[in-house]
Amino acid sequence: MKANTNTHIIVIGNGMVGYKFCEKLLARKKNDQEFTLTVFGEEPRVAYDRVHLSEYFAGKTADDLTMASVDWYAENGIRLFLSDPVVDIDREEKLVRSHHGHVVHYDYLVMVTGSGAFVPSIPGVEKDGVFVYRTIEDLELIQAYAKKAKRGAVLGGGLLGLEAAKALLDLGLEEAHVVEFASRLMPRQIDDAGSKILQSQLESLGLNIHLAKSTQEIVGGDFIKGMQFADNSFLDVDMLVISAGIRPRDELAKIAGLDTHPRGGIVVDNGLRTSDPYIFAIGECALAHHMIYGLIAPGYEMADVVAGALTGTEKEFLPYDMSTKLKLIGTDVASFGDPFVEEPACKTIRYENKAKGIYKRINVSPDGKELLGGILVGDAEQYNMLLQTCKNKTILPPDSEDLILGSRGGEDAGAGVMSLPDDALICSCEAVTKGMLCHEIGENGHATIDALKKCCKAGTGCGGCIPMVKDIIQGVMKQNGQYVRNVVCEHFDHSRQELLDLVKMNGLRTYGEVLNEFGHGDGCEVCKPVVASLLASLWNENVLTKDRAPIQDSNDRYLANIQKGGTYSVVPRIPGGEITPDKLIVIGQVAKKYGLYTKITGGQRIDLFGAHVNDLPLIWEELIDAGFESGHAYGKALRTVKSCVGSTWCRFGVQDSVSFAIEVEERYKGIRAPHKFKSAVSGCIRECAEAQSKDFGIIATEKGWNLYVCGNGGSKPQHAQLIASDVDKETCIKLIDRFLMFYIKTADPLTRTATWLNKMEGGISYLKAVVVDDLLGLAAEFENEMQSLINNYKCEWKEVVDNPELRKHYNHFVNVPDKDPTVAFEELRTQKRAREWA
Amino acid sequence: MEPTTNTKDRIVWHLACSVEDIPEDGGGCALIEGKQIAIFNFARRGEWYATDNECPHRQQMAIGRGMIGSQGEEPKVACPFHKKTFSLKNGQCLNDDDYKINTFPILIKENQVYIGL
Repeated sequence: MKANTNTHIIVIGNGMVGYKFCEKLLARKKNDQEFTLTVFGEEPRVAYDRVHLSEYFAGKTADDLTMASVDWYAENGIRLFLSDPVVDIDREEKLVRSHHGHVVHYDYLVMVTGSGAFVPSIPGVEKDGVFVYRTIEDLELIQAYAKKAKRGAVLGGGLLGLEAAKALLDLGLEEAHVVEFASRLMPRQIDDAGSKILQSQLESLGLNIHLAKSTQEIVGGDFIKGMQFADNSFLDVDMLVISAGIRPRDELAKIAGLDTHPRGGIVVDNGLRTSDPYIFAIGECALAHHMIYGLIAPGYEMADVVAGALTGTEKEFLPYDMSTKLKLIGTDVASFGDPFVEEPACKTIRYENKAKGIYKRINVSPDGKELLGGILVGDAEQYNMLLQTCKNKTILPPDSEDLILGSRGGEDAGAGVMSLPDDALICSCEAVTKGMLCHEIGENGHATIDALKKCCKAGTGCGGCIPMVKDIIQGVMKQNGQYVRNVVCEHFDHSRQELLDLVKMNGLRTYGEVLNEFGHGDGCEVCKPVVASLLASLWNENVLTKDRAPIQDSNDRYLANIQKGGTYSVVPRIPGGEITPDKLIVIGQVAKKYGLYTKITGGQRIDLFGAHVNDLPLIWEELIDAGFESGHAYGKALRTVKSCVGSTWCRFGVQDSVSFAIEVEERYKGIRAPHKFKSAVSGCIRECAEAQSKDFGIIATEKGWNLYVCGNGGSKPQHAQLIASDVDKETCIKLIDRFLMFYIKTADPLTRTATWLNKMEGGISYLKAVVVDDLLGLAAEFENEMQSLINNYKCEWKEVVDNPELRKHYNHFVNVPDKDPTVAFEELRTQKRAREWA
Repeated sequence: MEPTTNTKDRIVWHLACSVEDIPEDGGGCALIEGKQIAIFNFARRGEWYATDNECPHRQQMAIGRGMIGSQGEEPKVACPFHKKTFSLKNGQCLNDDDYKINTFPILIKENQVYIGL
């Protein structure tokens, strides 16, 4: 490339690869080089992340998916024309003309026109209700149409087709079908056996799969009514999404007289030049090495090759690895290397577990030394390791089946990845090697995923390498002796989750046993309540018996909330906020008798303040006689299940929300967790109970109940997210059982469900997969554990009132019966308040 | 137990309670000569401690209801209000240098707990 001249470059196409080309060119530009960069895009939006397009249905906005804002182009001096496709190229004069009439000169032209959806010529494809799945506009049309549709189908059982089918389920269609011409799903990635496992997983989630179906006609008038197949069968659907593959956008190249392939694609050489040396083609419009690379990583590599060529670093685009890993509706699917190679060219090892929905296949070279490729369905945890082993031609161990069956010797996590060579490519989208990562982590202190994303862009493309990057962070920190574990406190070298498992396995029931077995020192105000909480979460025995009273935190210690001045407040349970006049009168009488300030709480119950510790058992004796139970307002436990009045009185209500709220509150009362948790039930979509601000919220629909989880009020409000729609009560309860047990067993101490979710790898999709789809196979265990906690429930205040030993501790002094003489109140609106502290 | 603030000959021992009145590895509060004294039965270490019941942070009578434990080798108690922790040996606040509580000599004799004032 000549120096000191201004080179005009025009980029036709503003998709992911088009954007990446601009970014790479700016990064590779040398000080003595000057470029004028002009970008034409056909879509009205600036380049966005098409790989994660289906997340648009899961709540991501177009802005979330944007690669870089319009400002980014301006700041870098790039002229950007959107909604303005190039319609002609004059190669003689080196000019392009756009749809809006802009004529711009170029020295070099980069065609990144991408691909469009391939629509087979089936009679009836023009009918209303037939869509393609390619752009945000397509998704908006699908979303709007799905509101009035009941049964939807996707034509095409490939990667994108299954994503589209998931989108139809997410949009709430009653039936979602996948129609595939081939005899298996994802025919480019997996084999028949893998397809069978994937099919049964998808079917168990409500998708209907039709294989080896040739669609003859799309039936209907103006609107689609169904699909007629060659085998005379018929599928009754009112919407169809076509995802039958991609068609390279080479029409402009044809107009310009560039070489194109009869089956589509702009023909390029190893330097990605077209038949005109001043014109490059990259991404899905380009045909390199006789194929179209329909994945993002090779597209980015192509962008880098051309950016290099234009800045003076010639390199070739080599045949690119087409390995992929993705999560389809909670099921991992991955293939790498050559997945289909057959004997005798290789030795194939297969592992299949139909009960768990797992299929693994690896192809090993005939001499057993090299991994050629493989397929993983249902569990792709080993994908990154296998891919690297395959790519780096690492010599295999003698028992190569260990590769998929896991090392059964209990090797440390992270050790595997640290044995890779430094030039092993970890992030293939951004071409980041293990050596680069180790340098950034070890030398520059970028030891978090966020920091690494910033400094070397690792993990910013498809995100598939993130688990491996995490392992490398741990590995490097461990090597440097910086390894920091998430331990409870100085007395326990375990996380809460580990401690819970240990305590459970060993059946320990007192703090002393736990400290002796798994801790050291004498404990403290941090680990004592943590152990108290997990003992309660495991066994649900009275928190004040055995040695457990002195390990309880301030409020649990006296089963009441300590308030300013050293008095306590008392909250009887009022399930669902429903209370009889007689019970209201009792609360009033008790409050009067013991001189308590009364206030209605935000959770639809009544709080009584200003009780001396000595009076607590007396107050509760009267409340229990009147039929009240503890409200656990003092515990890291279920607080209230708020309800609106629902269909019993409300003219809008569609279900009996109060009855369900009472049922839910009665079920989970007294269950202790890492933090408090709240719930609400609304009787219709108006959501008067504010269920979406709760740890779990239930909203009535015409057909059943919608379940939302991980909402939060408080200082960082967060809306709960939908995990199940239109389920019946029994299903809803089952899902809540699983959700709560999963939370109880895995959250860090004092972590509300919202924060727990925010920290969870895989986020709401993972949580949903565990709770709804039983990804971990633990659903039944969760339900049983919850049931045993529920069976163990006793009102702990009733136990205290009836037990003189426990009652004894409710005295301010151990040597005289007096109440604390320093307690003082001030008057406030005919009631009283605690004296302000100094 | 050695007195910390008074000289030996001026200590007057006051009967506070029985050993059973204070839970193992827990605490309680006794009223002695009009003063609220927190008493701790650190059974795990085989030690007893006595301090002010009042937390100097917000003048709350609550130290006796606090959780005890250790920081390194130092025995400590945490106030239930805002978790200020105090050394049971010398009363120094361990997470805020501005605060300190008084500690008192304590004596266990024939199953009875005595506090020296």
